[in-house]
Amino acid sequence: MNFLDRLRGDRRSATAAKERLQLVLIHDRADFPPGKLEALKDDLIATLSRHVDIDTKRVNISLTQDRHQQRLVADIPLAPPRARRKEIR
Amino acid sequence: MTAKAATITSGKGGVGKTTATANLGVALASAGYRVVCIDGDIGLRNLDVVMGLENRIVYDLVDVIEGRCKLRQALIKDKRLADLYLIPAAQTRDKTAVSPQDMVKLVKDLRTDFDWVLIDSPAGIERGFRNAIAPADLVLIITNPEVSAVRDADRIIGLVEAEEKSPPKLIVNRVKPEMVKRGDMLSTVDILDVLAIDLIGVVPEDDAVTVATNQGSPAVLDARSRAGKAFRDIARRMNGEDVPFESLESKDGFFGRISRIVRPGGAS
Repeated sequence: MNFLDRLRGDRRSATAAKERLQLVLIHDRADFPPGKLEALKDDLIATLSRHVDIDTKRVNISLTQDRHQQRLVADIPLAPPRARRKEIR
Repeated sequence: MTAKAATITSGKGGVGKTTATANLGVALASAGYRVVCIDGDIGLRNLDVVMGLENRIVYDLVDVIEGRCKLRQALIKDKRLADLYLIPAAQTRDKTAVSPQDMVKLVKDLRTDFDWVLIDSPAGIERGFRNAIAPADLVLIITNPEVSAVRDADRIIGLVEAEEKSPPKLIVNRVKPEMVKRGDMLSTVDILDVLAIDLIGVVPEDDAVTVATNQGSPAVLDARSRAGKAFRDIARRMNGEDVPFESLESKDGFFGRISRIVRPGGAS
């Protein structure tokens, strides 16, 4: 893909193939399918919400792989301060 | 003589296991090695037609294992090459007729008379696959530049490693250089990136393979076939030769990138 293609946001199908492949292999290798990850995310949100007010729509949990180490990465944004302050009142 | 046993496998069906086995067998035998190819796909015999030997079959793999014939009687001699033989699969039995131990014993009995034993694995990860890899000193995993085939190759790599075999080597088959160049096909570099194994060959898509298969005369015998050349190169690498990878995918840089990733493969 050349510079102009990238500027136009024109993704060639080989790029899509590689990205899809990498994602599917991460899940295959961990024997942890995407559906299970979603269930984990729901449980995690429920548990965390008992302790802190989180922005549930923007919670992101993913499986990543570097070399031989696989890890779960969770990005859990808290609810915006204004919303929280409102609730305190 | 003590043969090395190489198993050609893929997980996914239809990526070119049988074609590769026939071509590598012919390439190795043409180079002066004594070679026997074993069709491990019991119930779905095909290596015989790809090699053009379907009319010569009397006994098969299961006959040998069950003692209905001598090993020598099941060895079908190739029409063209003096040092190439085939042991066909049984057509009316299934994979459970053979065990991994049977295959280890069979290959052991062949080792003294040959330089190479090539085993064509069936698709899948079941008994037939286990049978095919049990005697292997070298596992060649063949894939196509497609998400499904590469995914299955990854699964096979895991299973081969679990058997504590030496690291398998990869053949990327049916590459269309034009599509790779315009970014519409996974490149060999992409595939190696994802699978993290050593490459032993890249075979371009080639109409000559279809013509060769129609005629039962492997493409390696066609001096003009690009796929045939690629298989001859793989055969040389299997014997430890350091054969440079041809720049199939682009004129700039591909060879440089490939040569950094790849160590010369094969016999050790």
